[in-house]
This record gives sequence, structure tokens and C-alpha cells, in this order.
Amino acid sequence: MIEHLAVLPILLPMLAAVILLLPPCGKSLFMRRIASAIMAVITLVVSIVLLVQVTNNGISVYAIGNWSAPFGIVLVADLLSVLLVSLTSLLGVAVVIYSIAGDDKKGNFFHPLVHFLILGVNGAFLTGDLFNVFVFFEVLLIASYSLLMHAGDKHSTRAALQYVILNLVGSSVFLIGLGILYGVLGTLNIADMAQKVPQLQGDDIYIAKAGGLLLLVVFALKAALLPLHLWLANTYSNAKPVVAALFAIMTKVGVYAMLRVYTVVFGDEAGELAHMAQPWLWGLAIATIIVGAIGVLAAQDLRKLTSNLVIVSVGTLVALISLQNEEATAALLYYLVHSTVVTAALFLLSDLISLQRGKVADRLTAGRGVKQPFLLGTCFIIATLSVIGMPPLSGFIGKIWILKSTLNSGQAMFFWPVYLLTSLALLVAMSRAGASLFWERRHKNSNELNDAPNAHPLHIIAIISLLACSPLLVIFAQPISDYMQNAAHQLHDISGGIKAVIKGGL
Amino acid sequence: MELLYASCVGVLVTCGIFLLLKARTFPVVLGLTMLSYAVNLFLFSAGRLTINKAVVLGTSSDYADPLPQALVLTAIVIGFAMTAFVVILAIRGRADLGNDHVDGHIPELSANKKEQS
Repeated sequence: MIEHLAVLPILLPMLAAVILLLPPCGKSLFMRRIASAIMAVITLVVSIVLLVQVTNNGISVYAIGNWSAPFGIVLVADLLSVLLVSLTSLLGVAVVIYSIAGDDKKGNFFHPLVHFLILGVNGAFLTGDLFNVFVFFEVLLIASYSLLMHAGDKHSTRAALQYVILNLVGSSVFLIGLGILYGVLGTLNIADMAQKVPQLQGDDIYIAKAGGLLLLVVFALKAALLPLHLWLANTYSNAKPVVAALFAIMTKVGVYAMLRVYTVVFGDEAGELAHMAQPWLWGLAIATIIVGAIGVLAAQDLRKLTSNLVIVSVGTLVALISLQNEEATAALLYYLVHSTVVTAALFLLSDLISLQRGKVADRLTAGRGVKQPFLLGTCFIIATLSVIGMPPLSGFIGKIWILKSTLNSGQAMFFWPVYLLTSLALLVAMSRAGASLFWERRHKNSNELNDAPNAHPLHIIAIISLLACSPLLVIFAQPISDYMQNAAHQLHDISGGIKAVIKGGL
Repeated sequence: MELLYASCVGVLVTCGIFLLLKARTFPVVLGLTMLSYAVNLFLFSAGRLTINKAVVLGTSSDYADPLPQALVLTAIVIGFAMTAFVVILAIRGRADLGNDHVDGHIPELSANKKEQS
């Protein structure tokens, strides 16, 4: 069993989804909820066991069907991928728990789809083969298409239509890029590609460059990098907040793919193609941060605001990828974990707030106060402090680390002002949002009876379990930052990675 | 053969993109289909265009690259499922939004009126 551990974070969600579709669970909502929660927790436990095992024993390579590395498909569980797999599973548990409080009633297939999405995301993180990344992208996309329509109205139909068409075009471009790279390299195994890229001669170099940059277009679309970010705000704010919270990990899949391809395949040792995406990534990332900050300031409701926060975090992450050094990658990982859980928590909070504010929902205008101002207010202020990077929460450490890692890069001149002014913009926008959501009442003195339902205990558990990650990331900052540094070191140690994958499969 | 093959892919991509930019759901679905045909042909050629080669069964040392075939097969299956989904979504969109434009409303309506008047 222990040698099959690396494949379990993919198999378990698939098993869960199938179980949830079959008779005892397919018919009864109660059974479905129990089974879904249990399977989500099992997936989380297995992911954490895998994380501990990889931390102790180094990279674990799993050759599917026992076909060894360059010929068959391998799963590569290194520190980076198991970290992200654990993060996904944690998010899955929180979303399943939150949805049990009522959001899953509107569609029979909510729970199976959540598990299919987790299957796709975990697979994309674990696989060591670029074509397999495409396959898992499609798995997570088709689950996300359906989740987006969950309990939707005509606005979500329109958002889904645009999202689906954009991603189908993206898939075509992905396949063309893969075809070009296969044509010149003769392999799609990431470690093997990293080995072959420096040996390219003559015209093949330019063909490989075209293929690599086509992949960049696709990853930029998935990650919502600047010219291709327009779908994100519309899609995320039209999805159910519980679905949007789960989608918080999906942009990170694009970021992860960029990190893998442009650090390992076209990284330090790629000869003439080394760092070929860097000039694009750097400029676009800075522009994404700026546009995201403007979006945050202009947002009219909390969900749009949170969607724009996702765009800002993507910009920050991609800027760090473009620096391509270990320090920046370590800071990136810390910030990635922090921003994913906090934005997911904010999406869930926006749902509770809009449930309790009646007609005005989560729009940032004067309206009825929330029914449980203390509880929601406390959660909101923790999320806010964390997301704008105020001490003592995780955003602060992430911010300091990012600033420190960019200090020596020579590009700090551009990055520091942009990043710090963005933080200021976020501070302004979040304070304004908090003030109008919690303090601006339309009828100040009337003690009107608030007939909104209280938050379900499961709602609170889900939100607190996500928000608790922020102080935990601070309390255990030392071991966590050591882990991030090791993961970054492992990613940048390209020849070590190649050796582990190509030999480990034999 | 190379010229014919490459022009085929090129024409399919051109038609696909043209139809995509129509921004009406039915042309968009057709455009996506054409684009995926082009992609499948292109992937097939990634293993180089060769004639009279054996399949990879171990009976001949001179065999065709089997991997692009596997890639194309996977891409066809996924493309089929995605097309089915987008067709259903387009029908739903037509019902929910009252028209077949991907934005949910028809922007050139005012321009058309001007032309008529």
C-alpha cells in the first residue's frame, strides 16, 4: 500500500465521485453528504501522509502500469506537488463541509463534481508528463463547467458560456503547443524534456521556443494573467460562493504549470532557451497586479472584490516566477498557500454576509445590518488583515518575504512601489468594504426584526478552519519556511530532479 | 504531401477562428469543431509524416511513431465530450438569454437599424 501512496490523492477522489453517483448515495442526500465528507477527509489524510513521507524520504516517483519514465507516464511527488495536493484537499474538505449546510440541495451532482474537480487538480499537480497535465486540466475544467452552472440563473449561464468557449480555445492552443514540442523534442515527460532542450540545434531551437510560448498563452489563460484575465472576475462572481471558494485553487494550477515548465524545462540549464518566458512574465505580472488593484477599488460587491483579489495574487505569484531564483520561489510558495486559503475564506464569508443582509446581499451599499455582526465581523477582519498583509497574520510574513526576495534582483525599483501601493489600495478598498457591509445601516435607529437565518454551525466550522491557517502559518513560520525553501531548492535542482525521475522509474 | 497537409491544417484553423469570432453560439461551436480537427491533424504530424511504415508491434524495426496516435486518440475523445457539453450549454444559453449571442445580447442591433433606416 505504501508504495502506491503517490497515486492515492488521484484515485481516492475518483473513487469518491463514483461512490457518490451509485445507488445508496445517488438517491439519498443524507447518505451523499456523509460519504462525501468522509471521502474528502480521507483524501486530506492521505495527502498529508504523502507529504510527511516525501519530506522524510525525498522525491517519490510512481510509474503508472510500471512503464518506466521516458516511455510511460509517471507521477512525481516532490515537496512542491505534495504541498499543493494537501492544500487542494484541505480546500476540498472545507468546501464539502460548507456545502452540507444547504448549498448542495439544489443539484444532485454537486458532491460528485467537487470530487472530480479535486481529482483533476491533484492530478495536474502530481503528474510528471506534460500531456497528462493537459488531460487533468480537461478533467478539472469539465467539472468546473458543471459546478459553475450549479444552482445558476441566466447570469451564470452567460458567464459559463464565455468561460467554456475560452477554455476550449485554450485547450486547442495547448495541444498545438504540445504537438510542436513533441515534434522537436520527441518526448513530453517534463524531466526528459529538461534533458533534451539544451541539446537542440539550429532551427529546432526556434520551433521549440514557439511551442513553449504557445504553452505560456494557455497557462496565462488558466492563471488569469493580464490580457487573458477578463474571464475571471465575471466567472467567479457569478458562481455560487462555495464553488468560487473551490475555484480559488484553479488559477494556482496555471501558476504551478508555469513554475514547472519555465523553471525546469526552460530554466537555468536550457542553453539558448534559458529563461525565455521571463521578459513576458515580468511585465505582464506587474500589469496584472495594477489592473487587479484597480478592480479591487472599483468593485461594487464583495464577490467581485474577492475575484479581483485573486487577480492581484496571481500577478504577485507570476512576478515571483519570473525572477527564477530559489528565494523568490520559496516566498511564492508561502504566499500561494496563504492567498488561496484566505481568498477561499472570503468567498465563503461573502455568502454568509449576503444571506444575512437580505435584499442588498453583498453589495457595498447601505442596507440592513448582518444578524450576527460580531461573529462575521471578526471573521471578516481576520481575513482582511491577512489579505492586505498587516501584522500579525500570514499576509505580513508573505509580504516581507516577497519584498526581501526581490530586493537583490535589480528589478525592485519597479516591483516595490507597485506592490506597496497595491497593498495600500487593498487596505483602502477592504476598509471601505468592511465599513459599508457592517456599519452603514439604512435605518439606523429602528430595531427591525432581522428574520435572516443564523449561520449554520457547519458554515462557521468551514470558514474558521480556513481562516485558522493564517495564524498557523505565522505560529509555525519556522518549519513551514524551511519546508518552502527545501521545496524551492528541489525545484531548482534540475539535474537532481531529472535523475530522480528517469532513474526512479526503472 | 507536406504542402497539402499543412494547407489543410491552415485552412481549418483559419475557418475555425473566423467562425469563433462570429460570437454566435452555433458558428462558435462549428468553429471549435474545425479548430479541434486542425489540432488533431497537427498532432498527428508531430510524429513526422511517413508512408509505408509498420505499426509498433515488434515485428519490424522500421515503425511509425506510436505516441502521436495515442495523443490524437485522447484529444479526439476529450474534444468530443467538450463539444457535446458546449452544444448543450449553447441550447441552455439560447433558452435563458433569449438569443444566441455569447454576450447574452446582440450588440450590432442598433447598427443594423441604422442601415435599414
